[in-house]
Amino acid sequence: MDRIPILKLRDLLLVTIQVDMHDRLALQLQEELTTRISETGARGVLIDISSLDIVDSFIGRMIANIAAMARVLDAQTVVVGMQPAVAITLVELGLTLPGVRTALNVDRGMSLLERASDEAAAALERDDDSSE
Amino acid sequence: MTTVRSESLELRSASDVVSVRQIVRTWAVEAGFSLVEQTKMVTAASELARNTIDYGGGGIARLELLSEGTRRGLRVAFEDQGPGIADIEQALTDHFTTGNGLGLGLGGARRLVNEFDISSRPGEGTRVVITRWK
Repeated sequence: MDRIPILKLRDLLLVTIQVDMHDRLALQLQEELTTRISETGARGVLIDISSLDIVDSFIGRMIANIAAMARVLDAQTVVVGMQPAVAITLVELGLTLPGVRTALNVDRGMSLLERASDEAAAALERDDDSSE
Repeated sequence: MTTVRSESLELRSASDVVSVRQIVRTWAVEAGFSLVEQTKMVTAASELARNTIDYGGGGIARLELLSEGTRRGLRVAFEDQGPGIADIEQALTDHFTTGNGLGLGLGGARRLVNEFDISSRPGEGTRVVITRWK
């Protein structure tokens, strides 16, 4: 059976979706990703969808769910590499991907996640200082 | 308007949704659709194929490559013998769902195509026909 690999890169998890996802594969990815976040303590999840030639409401819902689950596990999700034709279609379909951050490419997505992680660390330090 | 070619596909399981996407893509390319037009047609077909399976209990997708004068078009009909839709207007409303979806399938698919036709009778089934012209 197909499987979508999840790579760990420093404190980020990187997922590149390259296959035409059928529904069971999408659900399996959701499960594996949340397990990996919890095992590795990853602070960010980067989902590269540059190979996806469509995103329908099912795949959109799966991405939104992953982002919501990751947030509960204290990790941010950024979706990168959406094809322009997919973006146009998504908006017309009415899919807004609530709570999902997007970036144009992997580079920008990583900077976004690193910045978010640094800010979180700084906020934590401030909290520590004020409690002294 | 003439039908250049037609083909039918059974819709039984989630993997059939992927097959429909692939064949609609191939035919959309043949009809001369731009990348955005292809993407819209494939996405609409994906939504409706899933509806046929999830709500209609499976059914059939009938593809037709159309020709009218110099323009070409692609038509796909999704038919099932499922429970049918009691209130079509309500089903077409965004975010209305009886299942666990987002409720964007029908209304969303309608926005992605040029022609959209739906007929349904409770207890007898549903037929949705979408057409996009180049």
